[in-house]
Order: sequence, then structure tokens, then C-alpha cells
Amino acid sequence: MSADNEQEVELLAVHSRTDVEQVFHYSAGRYLNRFLTEMRDNAKIVGVKCPKCGIVYAPPKEICDPCYAEMTEPVEVGPEGTIRNFTILRAPFVDPETGQAKPVPYAFGNVELDGAGSLIQNYLLTDDDSKIKVGARVKIEFHEKRTGNMRDIKGFRLLD
Amino acid sequence: MDRVAIVGIGQTKIEASKERQNYPEMVYEAVKLALEDAGVGMDEVDNVVTTSNDFWDGRTISCMPVGGVSGAFDKNISGVEGDGTFGAFYATCRTLSGSYGSTLVTAHGKGSESRSIAPMITNAAFDPVLARSLGLDMTTACALQARKYMQRYGITEEECAQVSVKNHGNALDNPNAQSPMKITVEDVMKSEKIAEPLKALDVSPISDGACCLILANEERAKKFRTKPVWLKGVSFCADAFQLGDRDLSECKPLEQAAAKAYRMAGITDPRKEIDVAEICDAFTYQELMWTEGLGFCKKGEGGKLVTSGATAKDGDIPVNPSGGLLSGHVAIAAGMYRMIEAVRQIRGEAGGMQVKEGVKTALAHGVNGLCGQSHCVWILGSE
Amino acid sequence: MGKRAAIIGTGQTYCKSIRRDVNGQELINEAVTRALQDAELTIDDIDGVVIGNMDHFEGINYVDCWSIDGSGGYMKPTMKLCTGGTTGTTLGIGGYHMVASGMFDKLLVIGWEKNSESDTTGAIVTATDPILDRGVMAGALAGLAIEASEYAAAYGATSKDAARVSVRDRKHACNNPYAHLRKEVTIEEVLSSPVISDPLRLLDMCPRTDGACAVIYANEDVAEKLCPQPAWVVGTSNRHCYSRFADIKGQTGMLSLTTAAKELWAKTGVKEPLKEIDVMEMYQPYSWGGLIWFEDMGFCKKGEGPKYIWDGVTDMGGECPVNPSGGVISTNPIGATGLIRCAEIAGQIMGKAGDRQVPDVELALATGFGGCFWSDMILYSKNKPA
Repeated sequence: MSADNEQEVELLAVHSRTDVEQVFHYSAGRYLNRFLTEMRDNAKIVGVKCPKCGIVYAPPKEICDPCYAEMTEPVEVGPEGTIRNFTILRAPFVDPETGQAKPVPYAFGNVELDGAGSLIQNYLLTDDDSKIKVGARVKIEFHEKRTGNMRDIKGFRLLD
Repeated sequence: MDRVAIVGIGQTKIEASKERQNYPEMVYEAVKLALEDAGVGMDEVDNVVTTSNDFWDGRTISCMPVGGVSGAFDKNISGVEGDGTFGAFYATCRTLSGSYGSTLVTAHGKGSESRSIAPMITNAAFDPVLARSLGLDMTTACALQARKYMQRYGITEEECAQVSVKNHGNALDNPNAQSPMKITVEDVMKSEKIAEPLKALDVSPISDGACCLILANEERAKKFRTKPVWLKGVSFCADAFQLGDRDLSECKPLEQAAAKAYRMAGITDPRKEIDVAEICDAFTYQELMWTEGLGFCKKGEGGKLVTSGATAKDGDIPVNPSGGLLSGHVAIAAGMYRMIEAVRQIRGEAGGMQVKEGVKTALAHGVNGLCGQSHCVWILGSE
Repeated sequence: MGKRAAIIGTGQTYCKSIRRDVNGQELINEAVTRALQDAELTIDDIDGVVIGNMDHFEGINYVDCWSIDGSGGYMKPTMKLCTGGTTGTTLGIGGYHMVASGMFDKLLVIGWEKNSESDTTGAIVTATDPILDRGVMAGALAGLAIEASEYAAAYGATSKDAARVSVRDRKHACNNPYAHLRKEVTIEEVLSSPVISDPLRLLDMCPRTDGACAVIYANEDVAEKLCPQPAWVVGTSNRHCYSRFADIKGQTGMLSLTTAAKELWAKTGVKEPLKEIDVMEMYQPYSWGGLIWFEDMGFCKKGEGPKYIWDGVTDMGGECPVNPSGGVISTNPIGATGLIRCAEIAGQIMGKAGDRQVPDVELALATGFGGCFWSDMILYSKNKPA
């Protein structure tokens, strides 16, 4: 049956909507607990260092994947860093966490904070989009009121 | 065909809620234990399979966060969605296909994080056009099955309750179980009604946990320090999907999977030749149905089987000496936990759960889908 | 040791953005029926069924169980594989391992997606880490936009270079009756299409498609008896090496692809991919991938992709045609997309590719990609491996 026969028959569809919020409670876990707490209480970014290769991961993770080694040594990184990649989002879409369309355009990218060997992803803040380049310097900016959540970070502010 | 052995096992404790850990930490704990058990490092693992479910994790591509801790960084890796026994099957295929000598497979579930919407998670298994808006979930659908089965064969609620008494009691010897309990049939009968005829103590909990198996082909198994537990037979089979297309009082796919697995393993009298069975008792009535489907007794006599004491730890066909799912049920990982308990029995490492010395043949079982639509049967052996 | 294995039959559905005329089961069955016809088998001949899709794109849990009516898995071993976008090639690899193991002789492998039935973007956002990334993530596109911006900064490639890839694939799709988008586009049209996420434009991107694909894998015990020209698997390799999106640092190429390629070439003995591979179906969901990943797999040096594309090396009639089917930019039913790459390559080897047939195909490559930057590769051959 080819797909072109649809004109002859009324095609019904069932629209399934759940207006019930589907709430998941995600545990942060050991290393993220410390990371989020340091952000909330001290406006600091604390990563972990791999005992084998020495790379500091911020945000931290359980193991250094390439070395398959557990990481426990906390290391503070930033507050400044370098943009490694970015994009500017222009087409609006609905944020499933809020049900509202995200206001566009907005820039975000991955930043390598000074001292870190991994990247951290967040909004890039600037009045002038043309400043956003791979290699540009940024500084992390926190909200005044913080709750121990990635949204405590306002974004990375482009430095002149 | 080459042979495959389980050479490493690792499992976290099954708990109501693991608030201290996120997903990768939980899986890492199990992987670490499996590597320690096997006495090897991650470099002895040739490839990886993860088992997970997007709905339960609330996350599309639920295999992603646990890949790294499963050793995936510079290895070939794949992902199964379904019960851990199916993940272990695919891992077995990869160990036999000629590409890899050893395979690590994990399974996990963290039901505590979505406990309030668990009914929606299983409701999503129903067809969106035909059945979903009726609001059935796994529990209510299984209540239908329980009613049909019990009515057909005259199984009583008390007989079902006996499964709960046995399994919760067995869990007292299982340091990894979530809810060991010393209870009576009366306790079960008096427990809160959920969906007739299911009462609270007829129903397994929703738990958190992760587990891991390391498989190796015969040649490679020599490099691991554990006594290998051999795969003697495995098969799986799925019934029709719509509940109305099935006779819910039958479990034909289980019978077929069991028959094929027995044939592969050379078993002709399962009741005699199987020393211990770990099966998926998500609900008390299911243990009765599955023992019939596995051929441990005649159809309709599952109730008699449990009340006779035959499936007790010291009976002639012990079922769920670990306490089964009733004592701790990690969705998706459930069947792999059963395999691990079966491995322990064969190795003689089951501690207080050990059914006897010299366990030669063990059966492990996993279920996928609604009301036991799809079953996977594993026969494991000491030789 | 394992058995040698091949694809002996394939089937695809006609793809559209909304297949309103069928429900999911019927869509699956359309592909299954065609695959069985192609292999001249019935469902009774099949030993097992493996299926895959991305759960939240249809909002159905336990799809292997739900799809029984359509897949033909009734009273057969049935299971599901899923690795996100790479699901289709994960299935292509899984089918191979399952029959090579001897556990099955003839296996039906199905990939499908009915994207139109849900909010795809909403579903994809849940692929991100709920604690770290979900607040800022913006669907599958953003990761690709980031890769493109890094590549452009490193090697100077332009949107025009990328547009030439879109032009190629959309032209190829006109030969493919199953493709979703079957109209050519020009460089100007691509460059003037709206910007989604810098530097990606609408016509750099793949569509959202409803479709299904099925292939039948068989091992050497039966393959040659059943099929005059099986598409033999020479080797597979893959890498899913990122647990978190921020782990992806693309400046030296997509790590998962460069390492998967190195492994595949080493184990299959391919030394010069461009010379030795006769055709490639690349899982290329956006135009830039046709530059970056062509390089990453070793078909040319890093930074030289645009030259090869402009020289027509990857067009039909070129030295190594890429995506004769029109590729992912023309058709993208996610769970099926990777498997369609395998089915198309099998068709090329069997000489059944119709207007999109490349002449004299001996060695051919199918690749898979997932939005989390995972890479699968499968090398197929006309000749039974030694």
C-alpha cells in the first residue's frame, strides 16, 4: 500500500495529553553534592582531579573515562575561562521543563574554566554577539540568590 | 558452538531509595564489585552492553550516563532496553560472535526517583489508541491476570500469600534485600487492598539498584579467578500484546522459552534436575503461575506446590531463596539480579541463602512487558 | 569461533513527515512485509525479532512487547535495542552479532520511528543530564551547531561548503522512491534558509520523518542457500564515549568517530578508505557532518573535506559516492535511519538499488550517528569474508 491513498478514507488520530506533571527527583550524588553546595554557599566551582592523568573535571564526575580511575581530590577552578565552542539559538522551541517557549535568540557554549581540563556548558552573556568567538575569555557570573542548582549560574560574561 | 561462562558478578544492595547516589555512581558500584569479584581490571573487558529503560529513568537515551562507568570509553558498546536477562542474552551473543572474548553487561533502575508517577510509566506500555486512556497500569493489569488465573484453577488468596511469607522470610538471609520480613499468611491477608485480589504484601516494591555480569568465552574464562558458571541453555519468547488477544491465565511464552532452554541444557525433568530457581515474582500469584509454566508442577497446581513446602529453601525445588522481587524489585535489573543469585548458588557463595552443597544446575528468569508477556529463561551450570 | 553473517533481504516504507494513513504497528508491518518478500521468506521462517526506536518519540513503553502484531514477533524471541540516534546501526550491528553467534540463523531486525506522534524536541531535551545540562540545552541541533562552529574556527570551512553537501544529498534523493524530501535545493536556497542555531540553517538540517525499515540477517549456515548475493558483514566498530554533552570536545574531530574508524580499518585491513570503499551511506544529519566526518573517518586529511566535496568525489559517478539514497538530510525516521543506511548498502551490494545503484560495488560502508555524538560503523562486502 503506497502512502498516496489517504484521500479516500477519513483518517482519525487519538490525541493523548497528560496534564499531570511527571515529576522526577534526581539525586545529585556524592561529587555533585559538593559541587552544587560550593556553588550555592561560596559561589565557587569545585571540580575533581584524575589521579592518573591529572585532568581536572568541572563539573566533576565519578571516574575519568579514559583512565577509568576514581576521582576524589577536589580542585577549585575558574572563575575565568575560555570559550571552546558556542552557538546562538535563533529558532524558538518549547522548554519541556517550563512548558513555555524559550526566548530567543540566546547564546550558549562550552567553556574551559582556568585550571579545568573539561568543559562546562551554560549561557554566554554579552550585549554584543560579535564578541562571541571560540577562544574568547569569559568570567562566570552567579545569581545573588542561589539554591544549589545549575541555574545558580547566570552564565559566562564575555570579558573585553 | 563455543561456550560462555559468567566469570564476574556485582550488585548493589536493593534499597527503597538511594539518595546518596546518582545513576552513574550506582552503576559504577556494581561494575567495581564485578571487576573485583572477577579479579581483573577494565582492560580485560572487550566490550560492553548496558540495559536500561527510558521511561523509568525519565530520560531519552538512558544508556548514555552509565556508559563511561561501565568502561565504554574506548570500547565497543551497545544498549538493550528490557529486562536484564535480555541484556545478558545480547551480551552472550556478542561473546560468541567471534568479535569479543569477554563482555561486561550492566542493568539498573532507580524507581525511587519517579515513585509517584510509576503508574504513568507502566500505563505508557499500553497502546495509545486502544487502551491507554483506560488508565490501567502494571498493577491493575496484573490484578486482572491474577483474578483470571485464580478463578480458572481455584487458587486461593491464602496460597498466594504463602509466596509472600516464604520469600520475605528467605530475604532475612539476604544482606542485599530491601525488605526481609517475618510475616504470616494472616499478615498478608490483612494488608491494605491495592487492586482486588492484590494486597500490599502481594505486590513487590519499587526499588533502586544496579548490577553487573562479566561474561567470557571458554578460552578467555581461564584468565578470570572465579569458578566459571556456564551458560547451559537460554531462550526467550513473547506473547501477543493486547491483553484481550491473550489468555491471561496461560503463560505459553514461558513454556516455550523454558522448553527450548531445557532442550539446550539437556534437561528432561526440570523438577528433578534443577537444584534452585530464581524467578520474577513481581506479584505473589506470578510465582505460582511461573512455577507451573516452568514445569515444576502441573498446570493449576502452583498453589499446592508452595503450600507443600516444595519451593522452600529446603524443599526439593527451592524457588527464590534470595527473597525474590517481593523483597526488592529493581525494574529492568530484576532478571539480572536473579541470574546473580543463581550464580552464587552454583559457586556455593550464597551464605545463609545456600540451598545445599553442590548446586549443579540453577534456573534464572526474567520478564518483560505487561502481565508477563515476554519471558527469558536461563539455565546455568557448574560444568 | 563465530559464523560469518550477511543481510539477505531488506524492506523500507515510503517516508513522509506524517504517515497519517497508518498507525505505528502498520508502519512497522509495511517494512517487515517488504523485507520478507525481498528475501522470499515467510514470518514462520524467522527465528527471532529485534526492534528499536526512541521510546519518547512515540511515547510508548516496552516497544518490543507492544509491536508484536506489526513485527511478527508473536511466540518468537523478541527484544529491543536502543542507543538513541544510533539505534538503527546498533540494530545493524546487533543483528550481525546475534546470527554470527549461532543463537539465531535468520533474524528479523526492525528500526522505526513515527516522529509525528510526539514532541520530538521535548523528548530529545530529556537526553540531557537533568542536573547539569537540561537547563540550557536546546535539542539535538545545538550540539551539532557547536561542532560546526569549532570546525569552522579551526579550518576555515564556510556555510557555502556545507551547503554543497545538502545540494548533493537532496539531488541524490530524487532517485529514491522511499525518500521523504525528493526535491533538489540550490546553494542559494540553503544559504538563504532561516538560521536555527548559528551557523546552522534550516536546509543544513535533516527533516523529521515517519518511516520504518527492516532487514533480515542470516548466518553462513543458510545465507547462501537463501540469497544469490548476500551483503556480508566484514567488520563492525563503534564508540559511545561521552557520558555527558560537555565531554564532547570536537576540535580534533569527533573522537568517537575517529577511534571507531581506526579500529574498523585495522581489523578489516582497509588502508585507503577513499580508494577501497565503493560507496558509503553516512548517517549525516546535517550538512557540515559531510565535511567533518568524511575527514574524521580518514577519507581525506583534516580540513580538506570541502575540496573533495566541491570536486564531486562524493557525487554519483564520483570516486566514492556518498548517500546515493539522499541520506539523512532527505529522510530521517530516527529509529530507522541507521538501519536504512544498512539496507541501502545491502541493496547496493545485491544490485537492487534501482536508480541509485552505484556500479561494481564490492566493499561498502554504513555509518551511524547519535545526537550524543556516538558513532557506529559497519563494513559490508559482496564477497564472503575469509
